[in-house]
Amino acid sequence: MAHVALADKGQELAHPKTWIGMYVWSQDHKIIGIQYIITATAVGVVALILSGLMRLQLGFPGAFSFIQPDEYYQAVTMHGMIMIVFMLTAFFLGGFGNVLVPLMCGARDMAFPFMNMLSYWVYLLSVIVVCASFFVPEGPTGAGWTLYPPQAITEGSAGADWGIICMTVSLALFVIAFTMGGLNYVTTAFQSRSRGMTLMRMPLSVWGIIMATILGLLAFPALLVSVIMMTLDKALSTSFFMPAISSLGENLSHEGGSPILFQHLFWFFGHPEVYIVALPAFGIVSDLISTHARKNIFGYRMMVWAIVAIGGLSFIVWAHHMYVSGMNPYFGFFFATTTLIIAVPTAIKVYNWVLTLWRGNIHLTVPMLFAIGFIFTFIHGGITGLFLGNVVVDVPLSDTYFVVGHFHMVMGVSPFLVVFGGIYHWFPLLTGRMLNDAMGKIHFWMTFLGTYAIYLPMHYIGILGVPRRYYANGTTEFLPDSVQAANMSITIAALVVAAAQFLFLINIFWSMFKGRKSKRNPWRATSIEWQTPDYPPKHGNWGKELPVVYRWAYSYSVPGAKEDFIPQNEPPSENTRGEGKV
Amino acid sequence: MAQSSGEVAATQDAVTDLVTDWSAEKEVFRVHWGKAMMWIFLLSDTFIFTSFLVSYMKVRISSTVPWPNSSEIFALSFGGAPIPLILIAIMTFVLITSSGTMALAVNYGYRRDRTKTAIFLLITAAFGLLFVGMQAFEWTKLIVDEGVRPWGNPFGAAQFGASFFMITGFHGGHVSGGVIYLIYVAVGVLNGRYEKKGYDIVEIAGLYWHFVDLVWVFIFAFFYLW
Repeated sequence: MAHVALADKGQELAHPKTWIGMYVWSQDHKIIGIQYIITATAVGVVALILSGLMRLQLGFPGAFSFIQPDEYYQAVTMHGMIMIVFMLTAFFLGGFGNVLVPLMCGARDMAFPFMNMLSYWVYLLSVIVVCASFFVPEGPTGAGWTLYPPQAITEGSAGADWGIICMTVSLALFVIAFTMGGLNYVTTAFQSRSRGMTLMRMPLSVWGIIMATILGLLAFPALLVSVIMMTLDKALSTSFFMPAISSLGENLSHEGGSPILFQHLFWFFGHPEVYIVALPAFGIVSDLISTHARKNIFGYRMMVWAIVAIGGLSFIVWAHHMYVSGMNPYFGFFFATTTLIIAVPTAIKVYNWVLTLWRGNIHLTVPMLFAIGFIFTFIHGGITGLFLGNVVVDVPLSDTYFVVGHFHMVMGVSPFLVVFGGIYHWFPLLTGRMLNDAMGKIHFWMTFLGTYAIYLPMHYIGILGVPRRYYANGTTEFLPDSVQAANMSITIAALVVAAAQFLFLINIFWSMFKGRKSKRNPWRATSIEWQTPDYPPKHGNWGKELPVVYRWAYSYSVPGAKEDFIPQNEPPSENTRGEGKV
Repeated sequence: MAQSSGEVAATQDAVTDLVTDWSAEKEVFRVHWGKAMMWIFLLSDTFIFTSFLVSYMKVRISSTVPWPNSSEIFALSFGGAPIPLILIAIMTFVLITSSGTMALAVNYGYRRDRTKTAIFLLITAAFGLLFVGMQAFEWTKLIVDEGVRPWGNPFGAAQFGASFFMITGFHGGHVSGGVIYLIYVAVGVLNGRYEKKGYDIVEIAGLYWHFVDLVWVFIFAFFYLW
């Protein structure tokens, strides 16, 4: 059937008149993005405080009587789940995805704004449910963020009654919310680009975000199915995941289920989830580096294909989380191989970032500091990943602090640095004001150095054999006294880093009202989100005419051009004819 | 030799054309955005049902007690003689017929024949309701007459009832949602809501409906025939 592309027929947007229509029940992608960002930040602060509680217990065992084993496990669990799902995933895809995808593609809004709005409200509901678990009898679940059965739903582990139900229900709601939003991000980037915006001219941020969204759309189903089955096991005493088991001296009514099945389903979601968090970070950091080094991104095509390859590979590596779960050894061989193959596209990306910096005109602005910081933390986290991807090295290191240090470096700190860099970079676009530079630099250095103070010692105590998720190490013969000293220093560093994040929040609030007014396109970037007729962009983004795109997003320092950047929507001129093929 | 290198060049051109087409400006797929969105959603939904069915296979294979004989449990007695799988056969027939009426609705939609489109949409929805009704009957029979529960049953492995209620329930939910969707579209068609926007929505609803039918074929095969 004949049809007209969205870019040609124009999108009819409902322009609300009331304050509530504009800012609360808003269908404007920018407002929805900000709503996502605020909610994710709020719940992220909760998770940050929980990590502080954990560290207090580990650094000073027994000194804080309000942290008993149950509370400790609950803090571990909720910290992990909130940070990974409700904070980072929601922030990157719901927050940056909403704000950036339509603006960077030259669309007026998401393809289906109403569903986009619904996505946020269901997400908010899922956040409310997960936070409600703090207030139910016996508190939230304490099964570890992986929620492995039988422990998660068996009497005796914390929150095995109501906490786990709140968790599974809120995860199911999150999947629904994500699906509604994710369909929008992908469809908008695929079907709603403006004239001249080919796929190979899209900024890498958009590539990273939509590839992560595709991963989410294909990986979250496994999570949804596993939490449905877990809920049934708990609420209706079915035995999907529950083998015949006796607990507290009583035989439970379950029989014949398979706990390993849950692990497979969980990690079929869980591993792509790592890349759902990492790919948007890869994309955004590429744009930050290119813009602030005033140099085109090195190997754009390879960067795109690396994102696609990493996304594809991420679906066939999941069982490397299960080397000690009891698998056929040939599986370990297969999954170790695929895992190590991922290092190839990832290394391509890292080399390309470094080569973009090489001989660039590097401006050490706050976003750039965070971007460079990301390269450091990501390389460190990635290299320890090679250790853990190998079965023989992983088996002794499994469930030690080495693993904790590894994944916090690679998918905790690294994406967070990009989140911060992205906020410093795009804050002016949304508010018309700059964030305070001095506070930003303090925030960066405290966070970046603090990160190493926290996670490098973790690798060390992990190699010594300190197990993760232990409330207290007690007196264990093979652990030297230095372990406790290291733990104490980690805790102090963690508290300092946590305090630095509040400085960042203060910066945001202060700058929103009192910050220096930003001029249009303060970073002199080429991508079209900075070229809207109104600044900051209004509902509908583009005024009367959609922008026409003539080139890729990386025309920096082109010889012969009148400035050191050429916006994507500036028509070609005589002087810059040699600016490149794309 | 010259000829084969010409073929290679032609293939290369074709590949280049394909890539250029896909990566061209404005849109990747030359279809209505809603259709693209529905396809992507269905891909995601496929992963949900795949996860369900694979989990079912896993619990069935690793079950420690014998699996109930599905052709006996799903038999209906007519005049004293049990006929295996008769109800499921009728349900499957109804659902597949509804795919046909759906296709007619799509056809009339693009011809802008509003009355006929709405009629066929409503017929499709009615078939869907009939399917859900028969499913409710089957559930009632299993629960009330034969004592099958999610946590156990008199015939064998407890996972039989658990997987059955979960998977057919999830699919029945899809059918029920589809019925509501079809009625919503049918009312819109009658009111002329899509005169300006075009009748792609009928086809989009149709994609969903055919998908739900297709999934049923797999559930049928894995649950009732295995």
